[in-house]
Amino acid sequence: MKHYELRFGGVGGQGVILAGAILAEAAVIYDGLYAVQSPTYTAQVRGGATKVDVIISDRPVIYPRATEIDFFLALAQRSYDVFHHQLKDGGIVLVDETLVTRVDEDRYRVLRVPITDLAEREIGRVVVVNAISLGLTVGITGVVSRRAIEQAVAARAPKGTVDMNLKALNLGFEQAARLGFPVEERTEEAV
Amino acid sequence: MAKEVRLWEGNHLVAEAAILAGCRFFAGYPITPSSEIAEYMAVRLPQVGGTFIQMEDEIASMGAIIGASLAGVKSMTATSGPGFSLKQENLGYACMAEIPVVVVDVMRGGPSTGLPTHPSQMDVMQARWGTHGDHWIIALAPAFIHEIFWATVRAFNLSEKLRIPVILLLDEILAHMHEGFRLPDSSEIEIVDRAKPTVPPDRYFPYDESQGDVPPLAAFFSGYRFNITGLNHDKSGFPTTNPEIIQRDMERQRRKIERHLDEILWWDEHELEGAELAVIAYGSIGRSAHAAVDRARALGIRAGLFRPITLWPFPEKRVAALAEQVRTILVPEMNMGQLVLEVERVAAGRCDVVPLGKVGGIPIDPPEILEAIKARV
Repeated sequence: MKHYELRFGGVGGQGVILAGAILAEAAVIYDGLYAVQSPTYTAQVRGGATKVDVIISDRPVIYPRATEIDFFLALAQRSYDVFHHQLKDGGIVLVDETLVTRVDEDRYRVLRVPITDLAEREIGRVVVVNAISLGLTVGITGVVSRRAIEQAVAARAPKGTVDMNLKALNLGFEQAARLGFPVEERTEEAV
Repeated sequence: MAKEVRLWEGNHLVAEAAILAGCRFFAGYPITPSSEIAEYMAVRLPQVGGTFIQMEDEIASMGAIIGASLAGVKSMTATSGPGFSLKQENLGYACMAEIPVVVVDVMRGGPSTGLPTHPSQMDVMQARWGTHGDHWIIALAPAFIHEIFWATVRAFNLSEKLRIPVILLLDEILAHMHEGFRLPDSSEIEIVDRAKPTVPPDRYFPYDESQGDVPPLAAFFSGYRFNITGLNHDKSGFPTTNPEIIQRDMERQRRKIERHLDEILWWDEHELEGAELAVIAYGSIGRSAHAAVDRARALGIRAGLFRPITLWPFPEKRVAALAEQVRTILVPEMNMGQLVLEVERVAAGRCDVVPLGKVGGIPIDPPEILEAIKARV
């Protein structure tokens, strides 16, 4: 049985809730799995600690919130501090290393990538942090197929930004490979 | 046309289901965590020839859907706790005048403005007794994405069939989660429309008991002239203080519910066979309880789940039978203890009834429910 719990944490405005929805769409629409995306946010439009849980399973998901998290992407220190507690011991924490510096190394397997810097330097737009993060997430976990996440990102990307987002997604996969995670070949038809 | 599975937000699916159930009028005022229903309706209703209106406030929104329904159009509004409070006066009017409407209340923490972006289940009693005076009402609390769809359709159908307001109770978790769902074809959806009068206009009475417990409701502007009032009224709809007429009319309204319980009551049961402890939970906490029961069973604990989808009227007979069967009923809910009061009333001392109330905007996770189960077996 496949059952995988992911959490993306950031601050309002970074787009983690949308990234969670795209990952769930990849699972449900393109890989034929079951998934629930469940967001938590504050009354602040920008700046409040925000998280999204994505549970992906080959069976219907009963409880829509994560309770034993396998993978946590943290894009803000505050979000890490508030939301890491439901991670499994030994679970993977992927952090944007310039934004999240204090992580419980003894408890988790910590992976560090300068995601925001890469977005600015390699793509030229901070807005693609989420696409890079999705590439990293799927590259590291294999929770959905590469083809599925490519299709989901392409379907959600605003008009005129599909290429940029797929480039960013690919950058995320390259970073996952650099960290030592085997990555499926990039599919051609989605690009 | 076969439709694809797609990811639906709970709120959006409520709106789409309402449209498929025949809703063609929505009046509302934005309020977290229900606003996506209004947003979706603002886009979709004009596409299907319906009307969306953002009213000046919550009270006016309730008034507008009552008016639209009287004009013969299936109507809905959506709100959250603070707005639900404001709607109560007009909701009572819809009860008294027997006007079909659907009111969605996406529960957040309260009272007052409370916890806008966090879930609660604090409006359960308000859904039943929020407006003053004796009245009958239906409240449905779905838990899974497919139930959100079918409960919305059922809310309209029951409302139309019984000329009664129906409350759809969601909580913030269900409203904002996204889950895969394939929209049914319209041929798969049974749609109920209110009975229209068959008598000529000069012989029509909107509350005529001789026409059955649910007298037909004519649409305004269809040639039938009749009076609508919030005062107690006779069969013509004009005010009366005649105690016999009032007694008979209120008893007829109660019969509308009592004689249709088979259609109104809806619940899910999980692992209740042989259970010595039953969890009774609803909405998102019903899902948490389902997961907790699975974990308990894996540990060899004989626990089961009764998950009412119809909260009002309360499924008394089934719960009474459960109280005979089990030693303990555990009632986790995101409030300080509301539906548990109804469980206690129905159990009437036949088993232990244990509340597990939690507030503060954080749901009751399966491990917490499992611990409470373990502590009782």
